[in-house]
Amino acid sequence: MSPVLFNLLLQSIWETVLMTLASGVISFVAGLPLALILVATDRGGIAENLVINRALGWVINGFRSVPFIILLVALIPLTRLLVGTSLGTAAAIVPLAIAAAPYYARVAEVSLREVDPGLIEAARAMGGNRWTIVREVLVPEAMPGIVAGFTVTLVTLVGASAMAGAIGAGGLGDLAIRYGYQRFETGVMIAVVAVLIILVSGIQWLGDRLVARLDHRA
Amino acid sequence: MTGRNVNSQPSATAFAAVAPAAGAPNTPVVALSGVSRSFGPTRALDDLSLTVQRGEILGIIGRSGAGKSTLIRCLNGLERPDSGRIEIEGRNIVGLSESELQPIRRKIGMIFQHFNLMSAKTVVDNVALPLKIAGWGKAERRARALELLDLVGLSDKAGSYPAALSGGQKQRVGIARALSARPALLLSDEATSALDPETTRAILTLLKDINRKLGVTVVLITHEMEVVRTIGDRVVVLEAGRVVEEGEVWHVFSDPKTELTQSLLSGVRPQLPAHIASRLSQDGQEVVLGVDLTDPALGNGLFAEILAHLPEAHFLHGGIDHIHDQPVARFFLTVPREPASLADEAAAYLRSINARVEVLGHVSRPV
Repeated sequence: MSPVLFNLLLQSIWETVLMTLASGVISFVAGLPLALILVATDRGGIAENLVINRALGWVINGFRSVPFIILLVALIPLTRLLVGTSLGTAAAIVPLAIAAAPYYARVAEVSLREVDPGLIEAARAMGGNRWTIVREVLVPEAMPGIVAGFTVTLVTLVGASAMAGAIGAGGLGDLAIRYGYQRFETGVMIAVVAVLIILVSGIQWLGDRLVARLDHRA
Repeated sequence: MTGRNVNSQPSATAFAAVAPAAGAPNTPVVALSGVSRSFGPTRALDDLSLTVQRGEILGIIGRSGAGKSTLIRCLNGLERPDSGRIEIEGRNIVGLSESELQPIRRKIGMIFQHFNLMSAKTVVDNVALPLKIAGWGKAERRARALELLDLVGLSDKAGSYPAALSGGQKQRVGIARALSARPALLLSDEATSALDPETTRAILTLLKDINRKLGVTVVLITHEMEVVRTIGDRVVVLEAGRVVEEGEVWHVFSDPKTELTQSLLSGVRPQLPAHIASRLSQDGQEVVLGVDLTDPALGNGLFAEILAHLPEAHFLHGGIDHIHDQPVARFFLTVPREPASLADEAAAYLRSINARVEVLGHVSRPV
């Protein structure tokens, strides 16, 4: 591999990491509250409100139904509004985050629902309010699942960021298509795949370690 | 709020420091009147009234589905009745909003069948949680939680997570947590039903100790008469959401009025042995008598006197049990059927010393 290509590879790794982390953090910050709202407003929840629950459910399902490549294009006006351009790594973060947030909301929702209702009752019996229940019971008790779900989301984002190459986002996927595939640079293709394997394995390993540290259930 | 000045009693022992503020001595801690609650067509509570006196341990017993859980949840507002009044320390809590109920709940401790400890918090943080909710400072609530862990004998587990504890230890943590905010009332929701008999006894002893030493009023629901027998002062028998029997434990044990109570008692009271009960008939040369007697003199030679007074009788089964310090006798005798006067005289004598006598049937020799 030539030094030029090597520098391109480094550049692409950085872009992929940036896209994944930035959109990951945004989807976590947006998705976890959405998951809490879904769980709290559901029937029998701590703030039951079926209108909000159903409406939010529909919106989330709607976003999750659109194929990412379509979402990428459909969101171009919004991206322009937020970032000023529809091209490049920063621009790709907008559709990635908007696709990942509803996904992560559903993943986190599953973990929050698995919290033993007896624990919520115990917190109510102590005189705790809804906020206490969220802060002292729901989130800490679901934390292993919340982190495991975030790991899955990050890995999914690594894959999705490759598609963002279609709007000139750069990154490893873009590099693989333009050099590895279209210019028959087999070395680049192998390097990209190797880096992706290391990246995904690294994320999964870190996530698993963190979950093991947080999980005191057994 | 009396809770925050935990450091104001530097020389107090653990027990003295957790003593609740005494309320007005004559107000019942809990008074329910005409409380009803339905779930669809099922009436879980049906026009139920009862009171809980300060400092007592009230056992509420009934089969599953009798309304016990609904009742105990009504006492801290986790469940709302359809109608009726629920007074806690003289204040009606029916119709209060969640935010109005929260400060009241902080003064009522609750322990659960499945402990309901937060798995993500250490033991000391679990015990401190009610104090965190009540707004105590970090250092104060930790000091208080350690004090409570000392009380329940788990000081060495402060930094452990609940998953590392045995069932009995988890319930001790549950009790420490329930007591940390100095409640006047402790609710126990089948707290020993998930524990083995030995651990059950240890937990019941702890509850009784806490009741006696701290003066905390305890309301416990259970389906096991043994629990009521071990620590209850009074018992309420619940069936289909109604109180069918109520009274001091020793009294209900010696003289159960309803079939339900008798059946709930069957495991903890002497019964006519099954092989004899199955042979009871109209003929047979021996009359079988069932005798219930409560008399303080039972512990003082009365029992021997009874047997001496009935030389023809054969003692079949039973004996004296002590409920708290009250001796309660239940036993079975056979008396020869002929001459007929024998059984009548025996029964008349027993009734003359205030025993309840029941002719259960006849059985042929050898018994």
